[in-house]
Amino acid sequence: MTNSLGTTGLVLEEPLLWERGRRGRSGFSLPRRDVPRCEVPKELAGATPDLPELSEVDMVRHYIRLSQWNFSVDAGMYPLGSCTMKYNPKTNERQCSRPGLASAHPLLPEELCQGALELIAALECCLAEITGLDAVSLQPGAGAHGELAGMLIFHAYHRHRGKPRSKIIVPDTAHGTNPASAALCGYTAVPVSSNADGILSPETVAAAMDEETAGIMVTNPNTIGLFEENIKAIADIVHAKGGLVYGDGANMNAVLGMVDMGRIGVDVLHLNLHKTFSTPHGGGGPGAGPVCVRKHLAPFLPVPRVVVRDGVFRWSEDFPLSIGKLQAFWGNMGVLIRAYSYILSLGADNLKRASQLAVLNANYIKAQLKGTFHLAYDRPCMHECVFSDKRQQAHKVSTLDIAKRLMDYGFHPPTIYFPLVVPGAIMIEPTETESKETIDLFIDAMKAIAAEARDNPEVLHQAPTRCKRRRLDETAAARKPCLRG
Amino acid sequence: MRYLPHTPEDITQMLEATGARSLEDFFAVIPPECRRERPMVLPEALTEWELDAHIDRFAGRMAAGPDAKVFLGAGSYEHFIPAAVGFVTSRSEFVTSYTPYQPEMSQGTLQAVFEYQSLAARLLGMEVANASMYDGASALAEALLMAARVTRRSAVALSRAVHPLYRRVVRTYLEPTGIQVREVPFRPDGATDRSAIGRTDDLAAVAVQSPNFFGCIEDLQAFSDAAHGAGALSIAAFSEPLAFGILKNPGRLGADIACGEGQSLGIPRSFGGPGLGMFASKMQYVRSMPGRLVGETLDLEGRRGYVLTLATREQHIRREKATSNICTNNSLCALTAAAYMASLGGTGMRELAQLNLDRAEYLKAQLRAAGVSLPFSAPTFNEFVAAFPAGFEETYRRLLARKIVAGLPLEPYYPELAGRYLLCVTETLSKADMDTLVREVQS
Repeated sequence: MTNSLGTTGLVLEEPLLWERGRRGRSGFSLPRRDVPRCEVPKELAGATPDLPELSEVDMVRHYIRLSQWNFSVDAGMYPLGSCTMKYNPKTNERQCSRPGLASAHPLLPEELCQGALELIAALECCLAEITGLDAVSLQPGAGAHGELAGMLIFHAYHRHRGKPRSKIIVPDTAHGTNPASAALCGYTAVPVSSNADGILSPETVAAAMDEETAGIMVTNPNTIGLFEENIKAIADIVHAKGGLVYGDGANMNAVLGMVDMGRIGVDVLHLNLHKTFSTPHGGGGPGAGPVCVRKHLAPFLPVPRVVVRDGVFRWSEDFPLSIGKLQAFWGNMGVLIRAYSYILSLGADNLKRASQLAVLNANYIKAQLKGTFHLAYDRPCMHECVFSDKRQQAHKVSTLDIAKRLMDYGFHPPTIYFPLVVPGAIMIEPTETESKETIDLFIDAMKAIAAEARDNPEVLHQAPTRCKRRRLDETAAARKPCLRG
Repeated sequence: MRYLPHTPEDITQMLEATGARSLEDFFAVIPPECRRERPMVLPEALTEWELDAHIDRFAGRMAAGPDAKVFLGAGSYEHFIPAAVGFVTSRSEFVTSYTPYQPEMSQGTLQAVFEYQSLAARLLGMEVANASMYDGASALAEALLMAARVTRRSAVALSRAVHPLYRRVVRTYLEPTGIQVREVPFRPDGATDRSAIGRTDDLAAVAVQSPNFFGCIEDLQAFSDAAHGAGALSIAAFSEPLAFGILKNPGRLGADIACGEGQSLGIPRSFGGPGLGMFASKMQYVRSMPGRLVGETLDLEGRRGYVLTLATREQHIRREKATSNICTNNSLCALTAAAYMASLGGTGMRELAQLNLDRAEYLKAQLRAAGVSLPFSAPTFNEFVAAFPAGFEETYRRLLARKIVAGLPLEPYYPELAGRYLLCVTETLSKADMDTLVREVQS
């Protein structure tokens, strides 16, 4: 019985595509042939591709069953810290699917794509207003791509001033993408530590900053969920030595309508539209990572840029200092339309409200759970709070066990073991779209798990038991990689 | 606001639990000099119905949809997308989940991406494919960086017949690294001139695109041999993977890395993105590969399952020593490509590729008969270059007014190709559409 189809109730087993396929089936309605057949020169002709053949119903069932093995925001609370798993509005999907936009060729002559160009210009204006920065490029395809754009801008700026620099300051609370993006531009990352309060001290930055250093990468609010209160002083120190300040805007969702990134001294900032602006994560993308800059760096932005002359929108390449292009075309338009829809649906007041409620939800969880789990920094947090397994270690229960057990309670686990500065971190970001009832259930689950850790730790070691699969052997997967079938 | 569930009572109770008196209290930590001086000024919030009308206005000012006849390829292709593909890939469970860090709760995405890796590797004839990159251009840039890592050399030979926008992305990525890009010219027949590669002893890679930007099919094997003879990696780029339904694939022709754009495989053009960066290589180089990989393993009860693996190459573990900074990729597009490939099957993909080739050959023949010259003699797949008679610009503009786009003018990309146009036909343009174009060109 164990391998039969229906042994787990409604969650069905499903083989791999090619285990399901049978030669001679097809799920495709081939277009009518209305032209003569040609022969491909023999030396060029290849074999028929080795792809599985399925009927349409086989293909549909295959993916429907796979989909049922996934947890998703549409199914429940997904409190991954720093990932901002907020609800993805359905009207956004409708807007980006309009045939005029979804089937448009990227190289259409300008007079035949005015709608898309105007939409790009409109979204750029919105993002400039929201961040407090002066100019925006929507070209980067994801957050890390936006970071790369930012680092390339740093690089181009310093070279233009005739003084290329070799280092960049990256705090220990940074996303791993930050040092990796800097390294792509040949920068050596200089790590600096946050202080006992979990934020950066101006003195630490002053000690690291010199005229060989291109600038600093700061995530604000940082990955512990705390606002970098000294950011203005830090920016002044960096600027005084001729450096630039990069703002990782992954956590911008905490401070919409509250903070002016330009005023606090950020020169370049990327946004993750798939976090702050509600576009879906798609199981790992596509996202979009627009890069926003202050006026003096606008000439370095990726090209082409949309300009408007006499009411007509055009692409312009006339930016000789530009870092160049980051994608073949203009950016992930489908994602950009969703984000634009989101901004228009909320308006200025509700965007600010969204940040306030995200912060309320995080502080509520922090208050309710700090008696149960060790709180890394007991200070007012922004949109996320970071606990650890310090108290549960006495029962030989780890963060991983807690995370896995949460699955049995019907929640996606928080981000774990990140940020690295908190050993055994449990980083919870509820987002503003979770209601009090849902959050209360999550809190109850976390408390129940803490009680189990004390009374019956083995339940946690064995968890999860109610998912499609039990714990998977990741060590074996890496030691003897099987990466295709 | 319909996405914000909090009632005033909820807020009061939650504030009480935290000890704060108001929502503003939480933000007291933000110093006054960091705050906005004025509220945001954005368009007034729209109702759902108003938003429909608003976006309609943009969508309506585009030459797209059934009344537009767009003979454009150049890295973005229109193919029929079966309804079933769009249906399964719009499932919430795929769309609204995160990167599968918790495998027990993400087996759907993980198995689907494992299947994508497998089908992509099979289509390209390569040993291993990653879970996706952003697009074809950034995939090529990452491939060149990878070749430099593998060979510890710092120059690359890049065909000038590689998509010009891909080459610009390559320049952006490589500029700060000091890796030298040497462009290899193309011959009068439209294929890359292998004899012009030049110095090879310091080459990390030889990269060509096939079919190339002009639609011409390159002699990939010869370029692979040249690369290997020089101790360099052979990189085969592509922008139209449907071609491998009927042509020899890059793996068969000695490529060490095959990379390119997968938009053709069931993904709407969407004004250029999101697309799908496809990236595949020989297994011996897997630990130098950028991007995520899904691998097969077993669970505690010995059942087959899938996990993200070889993460020690990646930024969240290796930080500045990672093989790339890529994190979010284009996973949902990869899933779409797999569902599309599974819908076609091997036989369907071959038939569809044949039809694309046949339609393009038909248009070539008709244009030739109408007195249009086809300057490049190398064989092509579904796009080709045409040299129209003098005065064609006017015809081109006249056709634009009727939403007929008679190809891509090449002059902005190749000044020496003034008066030449790159035309593409897929299964979505019928014989009647092509006949109309030929008639118009003649008149």
